[in-house]
Amino acid sequence: MANVTAGEYRPLFLSTDSPVVNVSSFRIDKAPVTNREFQNFVEKNPKWQRNAVPSLFAEQTYLSHWVDTDSKSAPNPTDFEKPVIYVSWYAAQSYCQAQQKRLPTVAEWEYVAQASFIQKDGSQEKGYNQKILDWYAKASKQTPSDVGKDEPNFWGVHNMHGLIWEWTEDFNSNLISGESRDDSSVNKELYCASGSAGAVNPSDYAAFMRYGFRSSLNAKFTLGSLGFRCAQDGND
Amino acid sequence: MSKFKTKVLVSMVSAALVLTACAQVNEKLASGGAKAESTKSQLPVIQAVLTHAPDVPAPITRKYSAKVVINLETQEKVMRMADGVDYMFWTFGGQVPGKFMRIREGDEVEFNLSNSPDSKMPHNIDLHAVTGPGGGAASSFTAPGHTSTFSFKALNPGLYVYHCATAPVGMHIGNGMYGLILVEPKAGLPKVDREYYVMQGDFYTKGKYGEAGLQPFDMEKAIKEQPDYVVFNGSVGALNGEKALTAKVGESVRLFVGNGGPNLVSSFHVIGEIFDKVYVEGGATENKNVQTTLIPAGGAAIAEFKVDVPGTFIMVDHSIFRAFNKGALGMLKVTGPEDKIIYSGKQADKVYLPEGSAAQSIDNKQTAETDKVLSKDEQIAQGKHVFESNCLACHQANGEGIPNAFPPLAKSDFLNADHNRAIGILLNGRSGPITVNGKNFDSIMPAIALSSSQIANALTYVLNSFGNNGGQVTAAQVDKQRKVAPSTSNSEHG
Repeated sequence: MANVTAGEYRPLFLSTDSPVVNVSSFRIDKAPVTNREFQNFVEKNPKWQRNAVPSLFAEQTYLSHWVDTDSKSAPNPTDFEKPVIYVSWYAAQSYCQAQQKRLPTVAEWEYVAQASFIQKDGSQEKGYNQKILDWYAKASKQTPSDVGKDEPNFWGVHNMHGLIWEWTEDFNSNLISGESRDDSSVNKELYCASGSAGAVNPSDYAAFMRYGFRSSLNAKFTLGSLGFRCAQDGND
Repeated sequence: MSKFKTKVLVSMVSAALVLTACAQVNEKLASGGAKAESTKSQLPVIQAVLTHAPDVPAPITRKYSAKVVINLETQEKVMRMADGVDYMFWTFGGQVPGKFMRIREGDEVEFNLSNSPDSKMPHNIDLHAVTGPGGGAASSFTAPGHTSTFSFKALNPGLYVYHCATAPVGMHIGNGMYGLILVEPKAGLPKVDREYYVMQGDFYTKGKYGEAGLQPFDMEKAIKEQPDYVVFNGSVGALNGEKALTAKVGESVRLFVGNGGPNLVSSFHVIGEIFDKVYVEGGATENKNVQTTLIPAGGAAIAEFKVDVPGTFIMVDHSIFRAFNKGALGMLKVTGPEDKIIYSGKQADKVYLPEGSAAQSIDNKQTAETDKVLSKDEQIAQGKHVFESNCLACHQANGEGIPNAFPPLAKSDFLNADHNRAIGILLNGRSGPITVNGKNFDSIMPAIALSSSQIANALTYVLNSFGNNGGQVTAAQVDKQRKVAPSTSNSEHG
């Protein structure tokens, strides 16, 4: 895991005079959880097998990219090092707990994600947002590539952008409803944007899309572009 | 005491009832029969037929209200924006604009919005035909690989825009997420021979108009409202050539025209036609004898006209640079007998030479010279662009020209015989009879305002293309010809 020191973080969608969020120091997985790692977890916790999981905790597409063998299902060996996808929030949280970890909060995730290769907050660096937006602009048809192959960011963390969407502990605490243009009335103090009117600059659109995406989720959803990584309190 | 017991009993019974009800619904869902459960309505159920532009579903002939089931899928896919230019479009139904829906005033609609599992983004739909907060947006907010269902009643007749309203809204619309829904009035629309669906939209790309490759969305240009593309039906040329709309002389045509925006207002015009009737803004107001109708972003209009003479009628956004420089141009091809009284066609063409120059000049200004000396291959590459933007319109992409109008550059004896003469024609223009490859031409080419290196590159490209004899023209050669007096001869032969 990578150590992340405490700091401040301003959600990108907020206006420049809005309050910042304090993030305590924590540890976060250097890469998203892989199919092989998740398979080990499922072996030890058979209730998270594809054919055993209750529909309350995962949709029918849960682990649908795994191959059935006998009574179990397992990832294709070529997919071992690819990030696990088609997992629900419940499954992800359960995995993290089994490692004495938890899912990162939105604030923690965004705090790590705004680092560039060379600094904690690289969000104003040239090219930072374009790389993210370019990935958002691609459809999810192809399976993602192996984890950890990109250049790590300032914290030594891989794949924050450009590989998959990731679950966060409080994904459903966003202030974006399905009717994005009316969100100003949900919490005017925090959310100054109707649609995007309050966005600080065009680069905020990358963050908008993440917040928008998280808002569309339910905890049991399992999507082909959505995986996770774990976090832990404290610091070494 | 007994009161308390009763209360507990009542809540236990109602709990049991709720459970039973749940079980019933689940059973229905499992057997695919949940539709009847969702509303109490006794209306007959009809599955809506949706069409891709430019087609429109058949007029509604029933005289009663129905429960109409509409299934629509949002898809993100790379498609053609212009020749050589691709774009990641976000769509309702796999094309831009989204599929056309046709319902009747008073219908109750069950709307199922599915978001493709391949989508990266969540999507929703705001139908301007819906009376209710958000136009359905919140109720239809859908993650990839999911389906949302909501219902509404079509209270007002008219032609309405629908679009995605997921944050960032401008980006979802700017990527092509819009379409039209027609709510026919109870009495129906008057019968016409042809109905078509045309929708304008503006697009913002990192590269300039025509810059090749997969172009990403440019948020800054979108905020500044400076589109690179303004197009009908999702791409440059979507209604041109073989894909043009068609009609026969004497037929009545109805265009359902929408404007998805996200930013621009359309001045919709069909060159050479007058709209006999326009349903202003897609509502009930009928205007007659309209040349150009204004279509707001997020608005629509219905335009009707009878086609009286054959020919190609060009549809444009009459903010005219959008039509000729950004793509807002479509065609309606009308076939049938001519009517020379209504329109004669060209009756005469004589050379008109005002005093002074022998040929008109597009622009006399010299563009700045680049000092760099290019290799022949570089000249050919750059000359191709010069050719495409200055020469191709008349001399054609294959250099063959047009018989009796524009002489060929391909295998041209006239061109290959004298490079300096060719330079002179580009510099000074040319008029009067010439013979090329045994064919006679008598027309005018204006002087083209190009720099010496541009002329050199264009000629080098042409000399090394289209089966010509090869060779190279340098900027120095062109400079030399600039100092030579323009040829006064009015007839030359190759």
